Amino acid sequence: MMRLSRAALLLAGVAGLAASRTAAAQDTTYRGITLVGNYDPSHDKLGIVILPVNGAFGDSIRTIVQRDLDFGDRFTIIPIDSSGDPSALRGANGSGMNYALFSRLNAVAVVQIMPVTTGLHVALHDVAKGQVLNVSEFAMPATALGRDWRMSIHRISDEIERWVTGQRGISATRIAYVRGTGDQAAMRVVDADGADEITVPTEACGVSPGWNPAATMLTYTTCGAGSRLFAIDLTTGRSRTLAGPTRNIGYSSPVFMPDGNSIVFGRYGDNGTDLYVVGAQGGDQPRRLSIGRGVENSLPAPSPDGHRIVFTGNALGRPELYIMDADGTNSEVLTNYEDSQKNYRSDPDWSPDGRMIAYQERTNGKFQIRTINPSGSAPKQRTSEGENEQPSWAPDSRHLVFTSSRTGVRQLWVMDLETGRVRQLTKSAGSRLAAWSPRMSNP
Amino acid sequence: MTNRQERRVNYRLAGVALAFLSVVALDACHKKPEPAPAPASTPVGPNADSARRAQEDAARRAAAEAAARHRADSIAAAEAAARDAAGAVANLRSALTAAVHFDFDASDLRTEDKAILDAKVPILQANTGVMIRIGGHTDERGSDEYNLALGQRRAAAAKRYLVDHGIADSRIETISYGEERPVAQGNDEAAWAQNRRAEFEITAGGQNLRRP
Repeated sequence: MMRLSRAALLLAGVAGLAASRTAAAQDTTYRGITLVGNYDPSHDKLGIVILPVNGAFGDSIRTIVQRDLDFGDRFTIIPIDSSGDPSALRGANGSGMNYALFSRLNAVAVVQIMPVTTGLHVALHDVAKGQVLNVSEFAMPATALGRDWRMSIHRISDEIERWVTGQRGISATRIAYVRGTGDQAAMRVVDADGADEITVPTEACGVSPGWNPAATMLTYTTCGAGSRLFAIDLTTGRSRTLAGPTRNIGYSSPVFMPDGNSIVFGRYGDNGTDLYVVGAQGGDQPRRLSIGRGVENSLPAPSPDGHRIVFTGNALGRPELYIMDADGTNSEVLTNYEDSQKNYRSDPDWSPDGRMIAYQERTNGKFQIRTINPSGSAPKQRTSEGENEQPSWAPDSRHLVFTSSRTGVRQLWVMDLETGRVRQLTKSAGSRLAAWSPRMSNP
Repeated sequence: MTNRQERRVNYRLAGVALAFLSVVALDACHKKPEPAPAPASTPVGPNADSARRAQEDAARRAAAEAAARHRADSIAAAEAAARDAAGAVANLRSALTAAVHFDFDASDLRTEDKAILDAKVPILQANTGVMIRIGGHTDERGSDEYNLALGQRRAAAAKRYLVDHGIADSRIETISYGEERPVAQGNDEAAWAQNRRAEFEITAGGQNLRRP
């Protein structure tokens, strides 16, 4: 059986699948178990059991971890009925784990979470080897079920994912987006699992959120009269003006550079739109990067090393993607396939591992999400249902959040590029302009 | 309109204004307290006395009614004149604020929209204190953020046309709303066509618009 044979792939201390896929950009200093062999993430998910958790909030903890690992798209959650006889899960001598049973259930790993005075004790069992492979204790906030408490659980989920696959999960992340338009627009931040949504107190008509690398700030712009560029500190809720208001000038689509020290954005006026850069601390004059000479250059997204910037430009008379050096030189069109004046390609985002750029392209009158290599090769359509726009990469360079009208109204959806699985993230109509955060650091 | 016609219009407007002013003055006179009726002098028998008083009352009533009628007529005339004048100002205002529209992903001015802009030029020239703001808008198609640039391009195209026709650059501010403020809801070409527009807003000097 395929599934049983997969258990045999679970080996300790061997170079892992992670290394084979995205070695250069990923954390390779993991310990514990990794996988080798013919594991294919696009088809194979690993069976995992999360044992029932004792304590007052045990069911909540278990539910959150199971959902996190499910949404990560690397695991199949094998259900164990928490109301069943727990002795069946123990080993033959009444202690330890019934590894034979878990093996029959196609589980390669079993997660055991126990409340302790300082937080949660987590053990990971390797079913094939019949032994514990990782143990760690995680501190937890004193108040259960709050926003910080749930984020602490997400960090545990991400660590479990790293223990098993070598790749840290993306549960401990958030997504900033805009709900509604114009004066009704509200900036929101929601956890990657769709829970704990809050409103960010931006200035009126605040749009286009972009995260700083520490995930503690958002940059955004306001539209219409008195357009400005801001950075808001999510801890204090205070917005700082970085540019504007300037007569006949507007600000759009800001992003933090990967070092967090500067912000690149589109500045539009009577002589076209160009990309500018300004210090993230404010106080200095924005400096122009692109030389558009009357065309529109907007929607920048930096490469993860900060050396290059992909953006939307219309020097060819229609929106296409361009890549330039971070100082504004050496601008070249990226999307040079199927050359046509009808092309409309926009909203690029560079994957955190540097290997792909996601964007939107108009096909048969509707935008669809595509990816392309930074070299301009291998453009690939990723969506087809409804209209799909504004992709933003998760930190794992595997998931995308995007705006989709597939239910008839605009909502945010998450797609796993490996399996093609999609899930709806938001439940409020008119959601758009999503930005997936970096991983949330420990508080 | 020829210069002579324009002058005639101006005279007519001036006449209306004068009529309005005189009515205001008349109205002010009427608000003065009426003189108290003179106390009845030497009484000459009760019958003769009451007949004379009735006569005097009737005369006073008739005079008051005539005055009231006259005043009502004058007010009506003044109101009508003021309405006409306000109508003329409203016409000027609506010509100044009439929107222009655009094709998809385009900022070129169409012939009919140039005519709309042409109508604004003499009004702006005759009212040098008027400042305007042009807001560029797009339909919901296209990239949300790229549409901010497109909206600005539309506002700038309208502004450039007015500047090329002699209006000072400093009197025209441009902003973009992108697709953030649609005037028509709906997901069809009829709604989209209405939303692809540049709007004109009078930001100063719009109180007493003069006809060109």
